Amino acid sequence: MQTSTHPAAPAAAPEAGAASPLLAQIKRTLRSWPVMIAIAVLLLLVAMAVFAPWLGTTDPTMLDSAQRLKPISAAHWLGTDAFGRDVFSRVVYGARVSLTIGLGTVVISLTVGLFIGIVAGYFRLADAIVMRVMDGMMAIPGILLAIALVSLSGASLITVLIAISVPDIPRVVRMVRSVILSVRNESYVEAATVLGTPVPVLMWRHMLPSTLAPLIVQGTYIFASAILAEAALSFLGAGIPPEIPSWGNVMAESRVYFMMLPGLILYPGILVSLTVLSVNVLGDALRDALDPRMARRI
Amino acid sequence: MTSANAAAPALSIEGLTVQAGQGAAMRPVVRDISFDVHAGETVCIVGESGSGKSVTSFAVMGLLPKGALTPTAGRILIDGEDVLAAGEARMRELRASRVAMVFQEPMTALNPVQRVGQQIDEVLRLHTRASAGERRTQVLAMLKSVHLPDIERIYHSFPHQLSGGQRQRIVIAMALILKPRVLICDEPTTALDVTTQKQILLLIRELQQRQKTAVVFITHDFGMVSEIADRIVVMNHGALVETGSRDTILANPAKDYTRMLVSSVPSLIPRRRALPDAEKMLEVVALGKTYEEKRLLGASRKVHAAKGVSFTLRRGEVLGVVGESGSGKSTVARCVVKLIEPSDGAVLLKGVNLARVPARQMRPLRQRVQFVFQDPYRSLNPRRTVGDSLIEGLLNFGAPRAAALETAARALVLVGLTPDAMQRYPHQFSGGQRQRLCIARAVVMEPDVLVADEAVSALDVSVQAQVLDLLEEIRQRTGIAILFITHDLRVAAQICNTIVVMRRGEVVEAGDAVSVLGDPQHEYTRTLIDAAPGRDWDFQQFRPAAAVNAKIA
Repeated sequence: MQTSTHPAAPAAAPEAGAASPLLAQIKRTLRSWPVMIAIAVLLLLVAMAVFAPWLGTTDPTMLDSAQRLKPISAAHWLGTDAFGRDVFSRVVYGARVSLTIGLGTVVISLTVGLFIGIVAGYFRLADAIVMRVMDGMMAIPGILLAIALVSLSGASLITVLIAISVPDIPRVVRMVRSVILSVRNESYVEAATVLGTPVPVLMWRHMLPSTLAPLIVQGTYIFASAILAEAALSFLGAGIPPEIPSWGNVMAESRVYFMMLPGLILYPGILVSLTVLSVNVLGDALRDALDPRMARRI
Repeated sequence: MTSANAAAPALSIEGLTVQAGQGAAMRPVVRDISFDVHAGETVCIVGESGSGKSVTSFAVMGLLPKGALTPTAGRILIDGEDVLAAGEARMRELRASRVAMVFQEPMTALNPVQRVGQQIDEVLRLHTRASAGERRTQVLAMLKSVHLPDIERIYHSFPHQLSGGQRQRIVIAMALILKPRVLICDEPTTALDVTTQKQILLLIRELQQRQKTAVVFITHDFGMVSEIADRIVVMNHGALVETGSRDTILANPAKDYTRMLVSSVPSLIPRRRALPDAEKMLEVVALGKTYEEKRLLGASRKVHAAKGVSFTLRRGEVLGVVGESGSGKSTVARCVVKLIEPSDGAVLLKGVNLARVPARQMRPLRQRVQFVFQDPYRSLNPRRTVGDSLIEGLLNFGAPRAAALETAARALVLVGLTPDAMQRYPHQFSGGQRQRLCIARAVVMEPDVLVADEAVSALDVSVQAQVLDLLEEIRQRTGIAILFITHDLRVAAQICNTIVVMRRGEVVEAGDAVSVLGDPQHEYTRTLIDAAPGRDWDFQQFRPAAAVNAKIA
């Protein structure tokens, strides 16, 4: 007998040959207006980054002292900065760097976090040690940790990428570990053990898929926070070397000239905000859709 | 059984229809139900899952989830007042004072962070104008009338400090303290042990007779129905199938569905004897599992989940391990399959001692002993197709994929499903079908021993009968030995050759099904059998049971 204390509305008859339940849920999320707009915005930004050379840009690193701090004009669509570089080109090429950092951070922190999280969740011995290390890492504010790492290894795209990824790893580890801890005791995992499934296959086939949904949601938030972290690091002078244009760098250099030409900070700032907002909307929608309570109805 | 009051009914449901969903997508969940309950009468609503019995009771209480379930037609009259037409404020007044409900799970029905005395007091605070002192006296009097020991201590206890039976008594006290006209009990004893269950049923009967309450009792246990019902209402898929007095429905059901339902209830009379000459498949010797809570200071606490358990399972035999919750039967089952490591003793599977085999070398031996879990809704991975789940074991042991799929298809036919089920996902099947899939998954490995841990406990009685028949068929075809864990004596009587009775981790009695159930030697076994409801009725023959020492075929 179903042991429910509240009568559930009976589930609708399932369609024959239904696709994987996870995919069906994701498809359902993508049909609402805010989500579609968010995805469109993100796709536009990615397109902008990819097709940068063909969007009417010039070399973003080309200095031209005669053209310093000029306002919007036909030649320079967003004006020029303190070194005479075309702001429009810098912002468009900056998208490349910022989005790459966002994506790279997501890839690194999710992969490393997933691996460590599974080990911590499944092997009790490793659990205690690993979680204390993670606790230690979480105790240090992310930006400070990132600055420390960058100062240790010098500033370059790769080091900044790693420096921003490392503080995000403990959160992923915690989340993966808690999912694994709860999935371990599920009957179907025990059933697979009884059927003779070896442990690595058990993890891959039965436990990992349960982490997919929370990982996707976590990934979107890491993306947003990575872009912001990069901007913050550059603003503080501990980020990407100044020749490479990134949204954070452009904003950092223009700090002093803000009064004269607010656009220098405004335009990259708008793009950062748009990116982070779209990613958060997507993440929220996915999180609501992939809620385990919804998943349990399946 | 108390006779019905000839005056107007305390509860009258007329043409109730409840729909699920919203707007154009509404579908009826309960269709045109009508029945009456008089003061002092007990009406049992029986039906399988999805029949709408809980929805009906929630409709009476006005607790249907808004937006999800809506009553669209009919009236529910409590003492002549239509509660469907009553506003929210009026409903709040009526609840607990005119109509009360006792839920299935007492732990979740009580607030875990409030003392139980406070919770009962709340009912009085909301509905009466008595002072704090008067309320306390009333609550203590109520606690006494539900036969709770040590009332003062219980008044100040938290729910987790009480046993399941005590918690349910508290819930009953809360429900009946204002002497409502109608009491609805939604499977109130399902979560309790069978001995506690008997006491709770007696308590409800006693209070009902004293307060002349009309009781609506929802249950799927026909044994209970035969003991407490004055009248029975049978529901199926939201429609009323039949109503009548207890004797009429149980002895002379008019509708086929009712006949089918009543005849599916297994008899308490055991039918089988042991098979002493068959080959020994599984021999458990002095099996023990001890959980130790190590402490830095002071003695460590030891809990013996199982201690000195011994039994023998032979080829083609079904051995039932029977006991209440906490008796250690699930621990024993899991030790046999090595899901739990035994602390002492031996588990000899055709001579090989599984208890001594280290975890790494366990894999090749796993093929020989398989497991069917209790919850069919959670023992299949919801993200993998049925086909993938069925062939997983075979692939683990090196079978090529094509051959494995073929074997799985044959196993599906064996359990009564079609091979096209392999492309579907578990959520597309009903509970009974899922349990068959789990059985197919276990049987496809061709094991020597099948361990079924309460495999039919979560199923409706008619589906349960089908699954038990299926196990019997498999046993006859393949000669597999089955270790069957259950708390239900009827199920044990139906299929077991030998029975082992466990209590608090130890075996108290073991032997032939016929001797253990027909002529129990140990006092605990006798208590268990006594507490089993409905012993006086032979459901399958639609008549009162013959003497206990009837001849067995």
